[in-house]
Amino acid sequence: MQIEIEVNGAARTVPRGTTVAQLVESLGLRPELVAVERNTQLVRRSERGTLELCAGDRIELVTLVGGG
Amino acid sequence: MSSPAYLADQPLLLGSTSLTSRLLVGTGKYSSFEETRQALEISGTQCVTVAVRRVNLDKNQGPSLLDFIDRRRYAILPNTAGCFDAASAIRTAELARDVLDTKLVKLEVLGDPKTLLPDPVGTLEATRELVKQGFEVLVYCSDDPRLCVHIAELGAKSVMPAGSPIGSGQGVLNPNALRIILELVQVPVIVDAGVGTASDVALAMELGVAGVLLNTGIASAREPLRMAAAMRDACSAGRQAFLAGRIPRKLYANASSPTEGLIAGAGPAQR
Repeated sequence: MQIEIEVNGAARTVPRGTTVAQLVESLGLRPELVAVERNTQLVRRSERGTLELCAGDRIELVTLVGGG
Repeated sequence: MSSPAYLADQPLLLGSTSLTSRLLVGTGKYSSFEETRQALEISGTQCVTVAVRRVNLDKNQGPSLLDFIDRRRYAILPNTAGCFDAASAIRTAELARDVLDTKLVKLEVLGDPKTLLPDPVGTLEATRELVKQGFEVLVYCSDDPRLCVHIAELGAKSVMPAGSPIGSGQGVLNPNALRIILELVQVPVIVDAGVGTASDVALAMELGVAGVLLNTGIASAREPLRMAAAMRDACSAGRQAFLAGRIPRKLYANASSPTEGLIAGAGPAQR
């Protein structure tokens, strides 16, 4: 069973029950360099392993880049 | 590396971070991460800014900027650049804190994309909230002295007035405003933005500001590494000139050599 979510503005489907940590891993990201927002709320590092994604969730995955 | 006693200085305290270099350097616009790393090292900075952006999911994840910044050597100061309202700046600060585990944040709430001038109302609103959330907030702002007073009173750890618009290279356009800010504000005042070349840094430091934050002035110079060295030296020179105390400006000349003991026929003509 797949659910549809939005990641960085683009639609994606993931298996129901996918956690935030599993999403980050499945995208090939280095977890320590990424911060996650779900529906404009920060998902703390400690919550990633247990928080399951829901249909319609809007996820932001950000990292640090060069800037002034 | 110890300097002689006659060059002694206090460290720059930004919240719980103590810096002996008063140059803060951004990491944007370099041609490569390796050039970034070298420029930071040459500049002598101990505090570098970074921005928060979406991960690009369309390409393979290569090395990260953070792989090139030694966190034992540099304090990392995440910014909220690109935010045009308080709410998104606050969210951005929270995201940065989650990655970096730092209380420091450089708050930017911008007014419009053409001028990139700070929006004072949004800046005050975001400062209040971030201080409440336990951040050590360094606030990019305009060089309005009363605005700087309000920002300091909200608990910011530094007020950072722009010398001129971001990336404009116009230098410090209103030194008198900075002088007034320095009189009115007790927290460190850092000139942030607009610095084009070494003399801009020296001039700001000679006014007595606590530090200078710059990025484009180094990164977009024809030779960034050489400019990093120039900015380092200018920051140090300006700081030492400020501490040393410049002579007052006078209208007339004042001879450096003795006016007595001149040989016959020398000296000003008798009238």
